[in-house]
Amino acid sequence: MSYEKNIDPSNVLSFGEDLGEVKPSRITETKQIESLVIRFSGDSGDGMQLTGMQFTDTTALLGQDLSTFPEFPAEIRAPAGTLAGVSGFQVHFGSKEIFTPGDMYDVLVAMNAAALKNDLKRLKRHGVVIVNVAGFDSKNLKLAGYPEGSVSPLEDNTLDGYTVYKIDVTKHTKDALKESKLSMKEIERCKNMFVLGVLFWMFDKSMEFTLQFLEEKFGKNPEILEANITALKSGWNYGDHTEIFTTRYQTAPAKLPAGVYRNISGNQALAIGVIAAAEKAGLQIFLGSYPITPASDILHELSKYKANGIKTFQAEDEIAAICSAIGAAYTGSLGVTSTSGPGLALKSEAMSLAMMLELPLLICDIQRGGPSTGLPTKTEQSDLLFAMHGRHGEAPLPIIAAATPSDCFDAVYEAITISIEHMVPVIFLSDGYIANGSEPWRFPTEDNLKPINVKFLTENNNPGGKLLPYKRDNRGVRPWIKPGTKGLEHRIGGLEKQNETGNVSYDSTNHELMVKLRAEKVAKIAERIPLLKPDSGEEKGKVLVLGWGSTYGAIKTVMNELHAEGYKDVSHVHLRHMNPFPKNLGNLLNGFDKVLIPEMNTGQLLQLIRAKYLVPAIGYSKVQGLPFDTDEIKAKVLEIYNS
Amino acid sequence: METTLEPTAPVKLTAKDFTSDQEVKWCPGCGDYSILKQVQTVLPNFVTEKEKVVFVSGIGCSSRFPYYMDTYGMHSIHGRATAIATGVKAANPELNVWVIGGDGDLLSIGGNHFIHMLRRNPDIKLMLFNNEIYGLTKGQYSPTSPKGTVAKSTPAGSVDEPFNPAELALGAKSSFFARTLDRDPKHMQAMITRANGHKGTALLEIYQNCPVFNDGAFFIFTEKDTKKEEALYLEQGKPLIFGAGDSKGIKLDGFNPVVVDLTTGASKDDLWIHDEADKNKAFILAGFADNTETHLPRPFGVYYQTNRSCIEDDMAAQIEAAKTKKGKIPLNRILSGEKTWAIV
Repeated sequence: MSYEKNIDPSNVLSFGEDLGEVKPSRITETKQIESLVIRFSGDSGDGMQLTGMQFTDTTALLGQDLSTFPEFPAEIRAPAGTLAGVSGFQVHFGSKEIFTPGDMYDVLVAMNAAALKNDLKRLKRHGVVIVNVAGFDSKNLKLAGYPEGSVSPLEDNTLDGYTVYKIDVTKHTKDALKESKLSMKEIERCKNMFVLGVLFWMFDKSMEFTLQFLEEKFGKNPEILEANITALKSGWNYGDHTEIFTTRYQTAPAKLPAGVYRNISGNQALAIGVIAAAEKAGLQIFLGSYPITPASDILHELSKYKANGIKTFQAEDEIAAICSAIGAAYTGSLGVTSTSGPGLALKSEAMSLAMMLELPLLICDIQRGGPSTGLPTKTEQSDLLFAMHGRHGEAPLPIIAAATPSDCFDAVYEAITISIEHMVPVIFLSDGYIANGSEPWRFPTEDNLKPINVKFLTENNNPGGKLLPYKRDNRGVRPWIKPGTKGLEHRIGGLEKQNETGNVSYDSTNHELMVKLRAEKVAKIAERIPLLKPDSGEEKGKVLVLGWGSTYGAIKTVMNELHAEGYKDVSHVHLRHMNPFPKNLGNLLNGFDKVLIPEMNTGQLLQLIRAKYLVPAIGYSKVQGLPFDTDEIKAKVLEIYNS
Repeated sequence: METTLEPTAPVKLTAKDFTSDQEVKWCPGCGDYSILKQVQTVLPNFVTEKEKVVFVSGIGCSSRFPYYMDTYGMHSIHGRATAIATGVKAANPELNVWVIGGDGDLLSIGGNHFIHMLRRNPDIKLMLFNNEIYGLTKGQYSPTSPKGTVAKSTPAGSVDEPFNPAELALGAKSSFFARTLDRDPKHMQAMITRANGHKGTALLEIYQNCPVFNDGAFFIFTEKDTKKEEALYLEQGKPLIFGAGDSKGIKLDGFNPVVVDLTTGASKDDLWIHDEADKNKAFILAGFADNTETHLPRPFGVYYQTNRSCIEDDMAAQIEAAKTKKGKIPLNRILSGEKTWAIV
């Protein structure tokens, strides 16, 4: 896939700086904005993820580019009103190309005191705060950690310099629903729809898609459907009729390449990529998986496609998950297992078995903060070295890393192609940031997808003699043989095999030969990997930013800014193939005075690059469970550029 | 390779057809030889397409078994054969899947997968070679070794209570449990045949002698001078009778099994009649091995058998139902999703 998008050259004002000038007025004006970041923040039970997703879907369907960042606690319902319970959803949208969810936000919606306290620090100067005043009573203040008897941040100087809209969302929602037969608790749950209505009005967005969504979600429960619709419309009317809002904002559709788009998250794109690859390959999918954040959505998503013959198996543990997938792969299915770091560790022994058996298998690792349970809902890129080395014995495996939510589709499609065509397990790396984040995707049609070459052996490959299940072709690849094929009965296993026959062999020189043959097979995959080109910038220059995985958006944004500012000798190369590396990576590295590797770990790609190419690459590490801010990377690039 | 004279009646396979070209490398006198022979002997009775047979094993002496069978097979990793086999069967229910494992492999390192396979009930034949010792790692106690077992890792005797495989299996909702012995070929053949005939996970525990590290562990059940008193052969619908000259029987006093002497007035009519469908009685039979109140003989044969659905069939049924209801979703529709917009 190409990451190229046309930048809208129109030079409209950015939202944040402009708002400082807004004065209360009875006349509502409409302003055009180029791009904007909104943060929805509330209690885990406030429905902020759903509100954010609805706002995002509507924005997407109106043709704007966007990037989202859901951020939620590991606890399902941490004590209501506390800082631990704050759940946020950030969306960056606009008429220009968008590559990240944004470092800082222009608008903060805070449903309670804890949300404000937690998220105000990243609101831009002069930004807009919309608060639900009902979430700021003495109980809420106390839960948010304000000392007993302290003044509400709505009343002191905390919000000086911001444009503040104080709305008693809870009261307005209750008033709007006073006819409803729902319980008070159920009525209060509708307050997120009221807020969404206000925002739809403020940003001049149609309620149509959300109304449709509500029909689908609550169609079977008319009382709840009615209440949500009423709350949503009341929010819109509140914006329209009260005079507290003076300005509305409009965003033009983004000038993205022509085509048909959908909004997609990384885990959805991964699941669809698996379905597409299996269909192109003509294989049945068998997913063996054990629930784990942030990978569970892959299991959920694939479980929806029973009508397409997809088999999903929720195993008793991570080990059984991969083992069942190995069993399925042995029978000629596309075996898939999906997990996150702790699960990958448990699968390690079975990965070595699959490598030793030389069966195709897709292993998806959606990385999260580690080690151990670490930060389950936060992002990190700290499993790269585990993917590279985390097996016993000499067991190299191909590794493919996705760069953006929609890129998960292409990356997993390629991972499966390599796995099948080279009879080798492939590790696919994504992370919580792009797995849960979403963006518009110009999706392919079936005809655009490359064919995947599947061959099952049906006749003895050694006419006149015994079958040779480990006889290799010129790429070092052995045949895939399905049990059930008459006359080809044979045994495979984890014990070292005699070359070609696959019979157990303890011969020392044979073992060394087999270790080499298996490694060569993986190394030869580099022959099919396209030569690497800079994503932006020239092939030679002063500074090369070498990225991998989900840092793509932040680096891309920085590159656009730097090139616009005249730093033409800075380039960006983004790695998808983590093992084997593309053949020309060494040449590219040598074309630059300095190489900077930003990673959400303590320098894992850095180690691999230094070890393999002996270049003095410089690492830039962030391990806060959060993606890079563009400002952070930009400052680091300039520091190196100027040093 | 194939005869064309009678295409409708396949040529009956023989034990030789199931014998691979690999040299069998168990210790002399190992009980595994007998098990291999009985399997190769009876398989031709019910297998006509050996290409559909898959033997999956884990790690241990017994797990070398698949190498010696001229069928499809996988010698996998320690404890995981049940999980791999579940994937094999779920992915292709047409295959005739067998799992081979020892007491360490299936009940210790593979204990989790073992119980979950039993509750899911895939149509797999599960052969537990129980020798109450670790053989391949050279003689440590196993999860079925009696408490106090002196072995390499337990010079002062093991301090943990062993599993009772029958109780464990029944507790995990096993749909079939039977027990046999390496030194009773005829009975083993009958039990393999019964296991094969069961639709669902058929767990066959085989007492298997390890002549090197645990020689004679089961001799009281197999040797002439003791077996009559110590072994009880179960037969469906028949009373529980054992002892020299069928002199003893077992009757139930409430939930308690009581040994009665048939030569001193006890009537056969009062004896416990074996019923494979009775799970409560199966649990009582399972408890014979641990009964400290009364010395009871060890039951062999089919303890329990019930018919319930298999995971691979339920999975396939859900898929069929979804196909009928919705029809296959075209790939282009999956790619586009429900909501799209066009940029021109």
